[in-house]
Amino acid sequence: MARKRKKKSIEQLKVKEKRKKINGSVGGDVCIFIFLSLLGIFMVFPLYYSVVQSLKPVEELFVFPPKLYVLRPTSKNFSDMIKVAAEYTVPLSRYVFNSVFTTIIICVTNVFVTCMAAFVLAKCKFPGDKILNKIIVIALLFQSQATWIMQFLVYSKLHIIDTYWVLIIPYIATAMNLYLMRQSMSTIHDAMVEAAKVDGAGLFRICWQIIVPNQKPAIMTIIIFAFQQAWNINGGSVIYSEEYKTLPTIVQQISLAGLARQGVTFASAVLLLIPPLVVFLIAQGNVMETMANSGMKD
Amino acid sequence: MAKNTELENVPANKTGYWNYTWHMIKANKGCYGLIAPFMVFFIICTVIPVVMSLPMSFTNFNMIQSPKWVGLSNFYTLFLNDSVFLIAIRNTLIFAVFTGPFAYILSFLVAWLINEMNPFLKTFFTFVFYAPSMTTSVYVTWQLILSGDQYGYLNAILLDLGFIHNPVQWLTDTTYILGVCIVVQLWMSMGAGFLAIRAGFQNIDKSMYEAGAIEGIKNRWQELFMITIPSMGPQLLFAAVNQIAGSFTVGTVGQMLVGLPSTDYAAHTIMNHATDYGYVRYEMGYASAICFVLFLSMLLANKGVNALLGKFVD
Repeated sequence: MARKRKKKSIEQLKVKEKRKKINGSVGGDVCIFIFLSLLGIFMVFPLYYSVVQSLKPVEELFVFPPKLYVLRPTSKNFSDMIKVAAEYTVPLSRYVFNSVFTTIIICVTNVFVTCMAAFVLAKCKFPGDKILNKIIVIALLFQSQATWIMQFLVYSKLHIIDTYWVLIIPYIATAMNLYLMRQSMSTIHDAMVEAAKVDGAGLFRICWQIIVPNQKPAIMTIIIFAFQQAWNINGGSVIYSEEYKTLPTIVQQISLAGLARQGVTFASAVLLLIPPLVVFLIAQGNVMETMANSGMKD
Repeated sequence: MAKNTELENVPANKTGYWNYTWHMIKANKGCYGLIAPFMVFFIICTVIPVVMSLPMSFTNFNMIQSPKWVGLSNFYTLFLNDSVFLIAIRNTLIFAVFTGPFAYILSFLVAWLINEMNPFLKTFFTFVFYAPSMTTSVYVTWQLILSGDQYGYLNAILLDLGFIHNPVQWLTDTTYILGVCIVVQLWMSMGAGFLAIRAGFQNIDKSMYEAGAIEGIKNRWQELFMITIPSMGPQLLFAAVNQIAGSFTVGTVGQMLVGLPSTDYAAHTIMNHATDYGYVRYEMGYASAICFVLFLSMLLANKGVNALLGKFVD
């Protein structure tokens, strides 16, 4: 790395500008690439292995030692999954519907509610705004997992246990999404808001016709975060009726059957795995753009 | 700001602070209207649960009878009579060290190294490292990889290579449980904080590096410590909050991987302890006390980390 000891003049720098990097050697690049690849293999391996397992036919699943690849890929595990689910009181499609339905509702309401709140916090001055902003930053600590158990008390008081509500309500207002949205919105010039005000637009209209259309990357980002949470909801401890259970709960139930259903377990795990990955892959650029504004400046 | 025009309408005879505030509240009622929907859900799901953990922890509550006031006895039992809780604290601290500072530095390092790559590889590696944190269902794969019977992949490899002669019970042997859970937790720990750091590198003005090169910075390391880290402060703070939130509430993954409770409570964390009392035994008062201790330590850790990072970055 330290091979380039020659003194750098401005001319040299200009030539190097094509390479975009000013310091750093090719050897260093290769080292970094190898290091990242090794670590990356560790990161990807379990994901890769679940896909492979889900494609293996029965006779390959139980080979010793286990193989890292599949010789004759089959979709039998996936069709078996539907059969296994048919043994439960409701068909597999019901679980899929539950997951998709709650995910869509959560994403839509989350964006709707978050956009308005973020606009107010970023662009308006009113009594209490400073305290609210502080609370949001503190609330970043208490993301749903930490407050789970205490939430259970609240839901039982509201009598929403074992309904769709208990799957949806916890994920509508997340401090993280509000925070990201607020940071992104505060980069917009006040002049735009003021101009709209002079033209006689109300706050609601300013929010939805002027601010929000400018925030596509941030909206994509909070959709993705809401999606990831919603898709992975495991209502195991608050949902008892079979007809409200979501896909993650079913994966858990199938996997409890142990070895006999291994192929099916992995098929369902892969089914759960794919959507968040695909959605993130599509919108990665937007997420990066939004996260660039996420810094805490106080 | 946009609302300054209302200042002139303040009644002249009422200049008291509360009158002024009341006037401003009335003038800005649109703001409250827009923020209200969020706040309703936010209060139900975050504020009430967090705040309620204190009063509830002074009671004995089993979800059926109404709460009974028992004073400090829950805390007394928690710290003096509950040996499992002490194990849970110990485990949580061990977890916190690895999934907190260690994972934090790791995600910074990885983000920095990724940033040195070309645009395609940047996108590719960011995806690869972020992917595990999106997937909570993959614990079944870890279960299989680490399984102690003949289908366990790790054992198969180690036996093949001759490192071990008998299969290791990774998920039930108390010497390995905690380590195994930490590895899986680390594997999942590159979440939003990692993305924030990764994105933060793009914020840094390129001309800073050019100026640095003229001033005599020779290699990547000097670039990192003299330019990159000092200008990443805000991102690092945000990532730290995420890391704290994640590392203090570890437990759900371990719970799925090694069961609740794990063998001899070897991987029992505070979260697991709270889940045990809350969801399994329905001793909500006691579970609230555990949660309150957890919340308090998270807040303190956050304060501490902020003070610490505040010194390093400007």
